[in-house]
Amino acid sequence: MNTINYSEMIPNNVDLASDRTLQRALEQWQPNYLKWWSDMGPDGSQDFDVYLRTAVSVEPGGWAHFDHVKMPDYRWGIFLAPADAERKIHFGEHMGEPAWQDVPGEHRANLRRIIVTQGDTEPASVEQQRHLGLTCPSQYDLRNLFQVNVEEGRHLWAMVYLLHRYFGRDGREEAEELLLRRSGDTDNPRILGAFNEKTPDWLAFYMFTYFTDRDGKFQLCALAESSFDPLARTTKFMLTEEAHHMFVGESGVARVLQRTCEVMKRLETDDPARIRAEGAIDLPTIQRYLNFHFSVTVDLFGADQSSNAATFYNSGLKGRFEEGKRSDDHRLQGANYRILEVVDGRLVERDAPMQNALNEVLRDDYIRDSVSGIGRWNKVMEKAGVSFRLKVPHKAFNRKIGTLANTRVSPDGRVVSAAEWAAHAHEWLATPEDRAFVASLMGRVVEPGKFANWIAPPNMGINKQPVEFQYVRFN
Amino acid sequence: MNAEIAPLEVIRQHLIDPEICIRCNTCEETCPIDAITHDSRNYVVDAAICDGCNACISPCPTGSIDNWRQVPRNKIYTLDEQLGWDALPAQEAPDISAAPEIPQEIARITAEASAGQGGAAAPPWSAAHPYVNLHTLAHPAFATVSGNFALTVPGASSDIRHIVLDFGATAFPVLEGQTIGIVPPGTDAYGRPHHVRLYSVASPRDGERPRYNNLALTVKRVTVDHAGQTVKGVASNYLCDSAKGDTVKVVGPFGTSFLMPNHPGSSLLMICTGTGSAPMRAMTERRRRRIAQKEGGELMLFFGARAADELPYFGPLLKLPKDFIDINFAFSRVPGKPKQYVQDLIRRRVDDVARLLRDDQCYIYICGLKGMEEGVAEAFKEICRRHGMDWGAVLPELRIKGRYHLETY
Repeated sequence: MNTINYSEMIPNNVDLASDRTLQRALEQWQPNYLKWWSDMGPDGSQDFDVYLRTAVSVEPGGWAHFDHVKMPDYRWGIFLAPADAERKIHFGEHMGEPAWQDVPGEHRANLRRIIVTQGDTEPASVEQQRHLGLTCPSQYDLRNLFQVNVEEGRHLWAMVYLLHRYFGRDGREEAEELLLRRSGDTDNPRILGAFNEKTPDWLAFYMFTYFTDRDGKFQLCALAESSFDPLARTTKFMLTEEAHHMFVGESGVARVLQRTCEVMKRLETDDPARIRAEGAIDLPTIQRYLNFHFSVTVDLFGADQSSNAATFYNSGLKGRFEEGKRSDDHRLQGANYRILEVVDGRLVERDAPMQNALNEVLRDDYIRDSVSGIGRWNKVMEKAGVSFRLKVPHKAFNRKIGTLANTRVSPDGRVVSAAEWAAHAHEWLATPEDRAFVASLMGRVVEPGKFANWIAPPNMGINKQPVEFQYVRFN
Repeated sequence: MNAEIAPLEVIRQHLIDPEICIRCNTCEETCPIDAITHDSRNYVVDAAICDGCNACISPCPTGSIDNWRQVPRNKIYTLDEQLGWDALPAQEAPDISAAPEIPQEIARITAEASAGQGGAAAPPWSAAHPYVNLHTLAHPAFATVSGNFALTVPGASSDIRHIVLDFGATAFPVLEGQTIGIVPPGTDAYGRPHHVRLYSVASPRDGERPRYNNLALTVKRVTVDHAGQTVKGVASNYLCDSAKGDTVKVVGPFGTSFLMPNHPGSSLLMICTGTGSAPMRAMTERRRRRIAQKEGGELMLFFGARAADELPYFGPLLKLPKDFIDINFAFSRVPGKPKQYVQDLIRRRVDDVARLLRDDQCYIYICGLKGMEEGVAEAFKEICRRHGMDWGAVLPELRIKGRYHLETY
């Protein structure tokens, strides 16, 4: 007899209760997922009651149910944005045909690869962030970290749902693999480079949620255009949760800047040593963190020329950011796009077929979006009367993937010699000393309403609760 | 000649706070009628399209979406204005000169209610500017009952209810301490329309449920009159029997004096009985929602009822942190215990009350049955005497400074 109430335990709008095959697959996978969560999820926090937002339906009223829950009891639901029965493929060679409700055989391998690559980043970031709870700057931030973690968990569920539902045995095996790879593991690492980097401190966490989760946003936006309708609808719903992650990053860094500016004004200094002595993070260090996270994330978009990117677009698997809002022919045959390369020691632009350069197109959209947020960070300094401004490094800076992988380009876009790189790298990228200093500030602050010295409180609480609300109950 | 002045038409305009917004596009994606748009700088709401459905509110990851301004219809913020903002504009004060006069009947009731303090007193200097009489008997507002909850246990000697009214898209801005008028349907025994009944608002200015255009009332079902005669209160029974979804005719808001101070460091000394707790609940809730601002000041409450199970909001009050509010309950009908009234407890806290009387930052609010007036005045007199002050001189000074507010019925 069926003793599990699926719609209660796993809120969903995919009619899980009447899909026995899917139930069996998830019943097998779920215990392994919970085991993974207890092994690799937030360290030592499984018993806390956390004020979390749970989505219980896709209607506006169902996005956000707030309550104190233990993370292992979080209801990881499966949600697809509402279906549009009339939806048509709107780019690539199948343009105008009805969107696919099932996986076409010829695209099966590529779609599976896309879903697995996306799915792999979700548990990876939970693993990267699993120790941060031990050094949280406040209960408010601790809650936000956990919210990010459970939502990454839900995104993993969303991808696993697609694998189980549409990819048969291969899909189930891939779903298992998602729980076996480990971020930073030399033998069985996560698929993408940035997801094997450490997230050792909270400044890195805010940078990660600002920059790297924004990569997630752009990838999801591109997949939300997909001709494979279940993938498009799944990623569309994930985007709302991704927005929260970027909020954590953007407001987190803004609050660090706020605090630093307060100290600078009080001491009337911009001397990093004096600012550090006051327990705040000096602005050049923040710039070096930014340079690192930005450049590592920019690599995530892949090679600047990629035949896979062309295939994914042509066959309708993955669109461009806001494909539906663009006014070109949505086929891009014969169109060109400017890409960068180094010729005779100088960065030059040249035309490449746009279909092959679609990674670069998405990367540039991403960069535009990142830059506008940095403008808002600079407003914090402007308001405080501090003249320092954060800058986005040149997109050729510190690249490890694509044409620019073996070049050395300074943050201001000059091709430099190995000697110059070696002489200045410590000014451009966060150094071990920077990281050690930031790590030295990381002490756990959990009294409601109290904040670590290196970060300003937020200007409002979560869900209109006061900032000093008890967001986490330690049991 | 057309003697009727059209009431000032105020709309509740939905705005997004550009300082908090992260431009994630979630709201624009969510809006079912495409009222939200953006440029490279800001996300903005088109007042000509937005119907206040609130679909965008909960998906917003930042809270920046939940901002509203009362704006006269001819001064709505345009998209161009909003796109140019770095920060939200402040709520502009209403144009007092344009406010219609208070109807006679309301003026009579309020005059009676404040008679005990010697007529209307000045509001605290830092009180927010109230909107008054936006909706008149000629042009009432219609609210929908969105909740009706019992505050007393079944079988208690009185039935007190927490009624939540939702105003939908109608502007009905209130401040803590203000009252609204309920017009019961039907006519009296002589075929005349029923009189307006005034109720203090029991919720803070941003609503009982902050995201919605609503307010709460504390209503006690009247079954006997002041003389102890059996009588069925028309408005109270109408409200207590109302069901979710019912439509209620409302006038107001009223009140320009019984308002709370807004400046940091201000303290509140609140004395009430029974449903006189409504404005105290509104003020306390306002301060509770602002705890994070750390504005300082203290809250002291003397609250009287027959017994704990007849004391509205008893449970929620007990949950408030001790360092947020100093609560003193007086129960007059607990079997086996001597009768205790609010004035008895005030006397017991003689030193603290004297300190607050002397403190220019402390504002005093008294609300409840007429019968409590005298006892409370006696207690203040005695405290003054014991601390070398003269209540006869203290009271006028309190009134002039807007520090003493009394409403009894």
